[in-house]
Amino acid sequence: MLCMSNSKAAILARLQKEILPLQGYKPAGNEGMDMGLGLVRNAFPNKSFPLGAVHEFIAANAEDAAASGGFISGLVSHLMKTGGTAAWISASRTLFPYGLVQFGIEPDRMLFIDLPKEKELLWTIEEALKCSALSAVVAELPRLDFTASRRLQLAVEQSGVTAFLLRSNPKQLQTTACVTRWKITPMASEAVDDLPGIGFPRWKIELLKVRNGKPGSWQLMWIDGGFQPVRRTALIVEEKKIKTA
Amino acid sequence: MIKRFVSIWFPYLATDWFSLRHPQLCRLPFVLSTASHGRMLVTATNAPAEAQGIHTGMTVADARAILPSLQVMDDKPGLAEQLLHRLAEWCIRYTPCVSLDLPGGLVLDATGCSHLWKGDLPYVTLIVQRLKDRGYQARAAMADTIGAAWALARYGKDLTIAENSRHGEALLSLPPASLRLDAITIEQLHKLGLRRVSDFVSMPRASLMRRFGHTLLNRLDQAMGTVDELIQPVLPVEPYQERLPCLEPIVTATGIEIALQRLLDSICHRLQQEQKGLRLARFYGYRMDGKTEMVEIGTVRASNHVEHLFRLFSPKITAMAPGPGVELFMLEALKVEDHFPAQEKLWEGGGGLGDIRLAELLDRLGGRIGTHSIHRYLPDEHYWPERSVRAAPSLQEKAATGWKAGKPRPLQLLSRPEPVEVTAPIPDYPPMLFRYKNVLHTVKKADGPERIEQEWWLQEGEHRDYYAVEDEEGRRYWLFRSGHYTGDRSQQWFLHGFFA
Repeated sequence: MLCMSNSKAAILARLQKEILPLQGYKPAGNEGMDMGLGLVRNAFPNKSFPLGAVHEFIAANAEDAAASGGFISGLVSHLMKTGGTAAWISASRTLFPYGLVQFGIEPDRMLFIDLPKEKELLWTIEEALKCSALSAVVAELPRLDFTASRRLQLAVEQSGVTAFLLRSNPKQLQTTACVTRWKITPMASEAVDDLPGIGFPRWKIELLKVRNGKPGSWQLMWIDGGFQPVRRTALIVEEKKIKTA
Repeated sequence: MIKRFVSIWFPYLATDWFSLRHPQLCRLPFVLSTASHGRMLVTATNAPAEAQGIHTGMTVADARAILPSLQVMDDKPGLAEQLLHRLAEWCIRYTPCVSLDLPGGLVLDATGCSHLWKGDLPYVTLIVQRLKDRGYQARAAMADTIGAAWALARYGKDLTIAENSRHGEALLSLPPASLRLDAITIEQLHKLGLRRVSDFVSMPRASLMRRFGHTLLNRLDQAMGTVDELIQPVLPVEPYQERLPCLEPIVTATGIEIALQRLLDSICHRLQQEQKGLRLARFYGYRMDGKTEMVEIGTVRASNHVEHLFRLFSPKITAMAPGPGVELFMLEALKVEDHFPAQEKLWEGGGGLGDIRLAELLDRLGGRIGTHSIHRYLPDEHYWPERSVRAAPSLQEKAATGWKAGKPRPLQLLSRPEPVEVTAPIPDYPPMLFRYKNVLHTVKKADGPERIEQEWWLQEGEHRDYYAVEDEEGRRYWLFRSGHYTGDRSQQWFLHGFFA
């Protein structure tokens, strides 16, 4: 009986895996790609961060946008590790190139495309997403309807570029064809070694939607050029102490 | 390769033009004159006047004394140059490389041209004959060097053709003035009894140099062909150009696209063979009604990729108004650079800044939204945040200094710092409370101050004391106080950025 159920589970798992490609989800070349996110990867289909897909980030205000920007920069730096180039497209950019250094990106390998008007924004994003030479494309755009998001999704399916759409203060949240929808909010940092001042950046990561996966919420921090879950902070500090001692 | 030059001399250029305008003057002696220092000077004479002993540079009064019936007309300033320019453009039918030779002459680079007219003599004769038919007196000569052709046209027999590498002998019997020397040198040579080129051509160069300076030797070398001489063509030779005449006028966008495709195919084929790529190209459509339509594209890196170039052009084709129809298309590569396919292969697929696909993406974006919208930043040697990065003009430029890490820098930086209301302990503690956009934030943690001085040699102003602060909800800001604390100023604190 046990054997039966086991084989049944195996068949189900196999069938589920077959469903994913039929639904337009293309697994990345390397299985188990977690982008340094740790346990967050359990939320994704096949436990692998969806590359070659469009990710949507919702930010309610400027502070959230900065936090989302930090989280995205962390992900992009992971994608740019092989010496690639990324593009940051915006119609009202406040991103400071120097701020990317903290997140492990050499700002001179980032192309900033600053459009004077929103009119050409979608065209530019689509055109950039069609270019397979880019490792990642980050775009700040306030409005996104279903048709536009589907166009972008089709473009990345062709080229395999990963897109991050940062939507600051969206007027309305429609259904989109994006693979995920995230909401990043800043969290109070913790002092390191009881020293005064601000600790490492810390965020509350909410995965509101993920296609074929399980949405969830996590607390992560950016420390030493990588993501770490907040729980383990004390441990890391201990480890560091031991190392330095 | 032996070069061949034709020098054409118009002895009566300006007066010929006047004769054409006023046919009754044709046989009469007349001169052109301009006012100079309160007297009238003769600037040009025609053949009958010259036969009477009137020459350029004498005053009109003297000329009238010689010939009371002399007609005097006002000269037009710049007339000779204009005429020469027009004649030079007309001469392009005989050779692509024609240059002005002021005053009163043209130089044609006839290398490899004359055989199309069955030899040197028929070629030169035809040019002179055609010029005479147009109403201009002309003398011409052909030789291996510009200097020799010049000398033979002015001082040799009419229609002299110096055979290949025989121009030296032809020069020997000519006067020294034929070497394009200044009046002082010519006079010196005459005083010394050197009345022919043969008299001094074999003299030691050192003594010629000592007595007459560098100019004489240089001119002699140019005439003999030991020193090269460059000419400036009237119409710059545009080597990368393709034309497509149409049997029927083209009025549709599809037709224009087909024409463009064909032109691109042929120009790119040539560029590929020569291992070159274009940076700037123009596509012209010559319309039936005489108007010209033009679109232009530029690329960030030399390219000879037909498909890519076509994609750059295609959104602009709609801007071409065919009107009654386009009868001739022309594609011109104005800027051409080396482009080695081996390098292209090496870069392709790397995904780095040298990737060809990236360059093509930027071309497409630049064509629609303008290249000024695309930025790349390099670190600059300034601490002042607004000046700490500078825009890099190209993709290839490397950073001279590294990106400094260590000091806290926000991810978002406002282009203009926004004033905030602050409660802060004096003199230089971080704020306890601040109000930004009508929201009160209580500062829980803070770092700082980091004092950044204004660079007085660039801009006047106060220094800034930056604090990185975190409020009760974990939102992180970059605040600064402008200048030292003073009790009497209310607006001193600004919010400049947001940390992630």
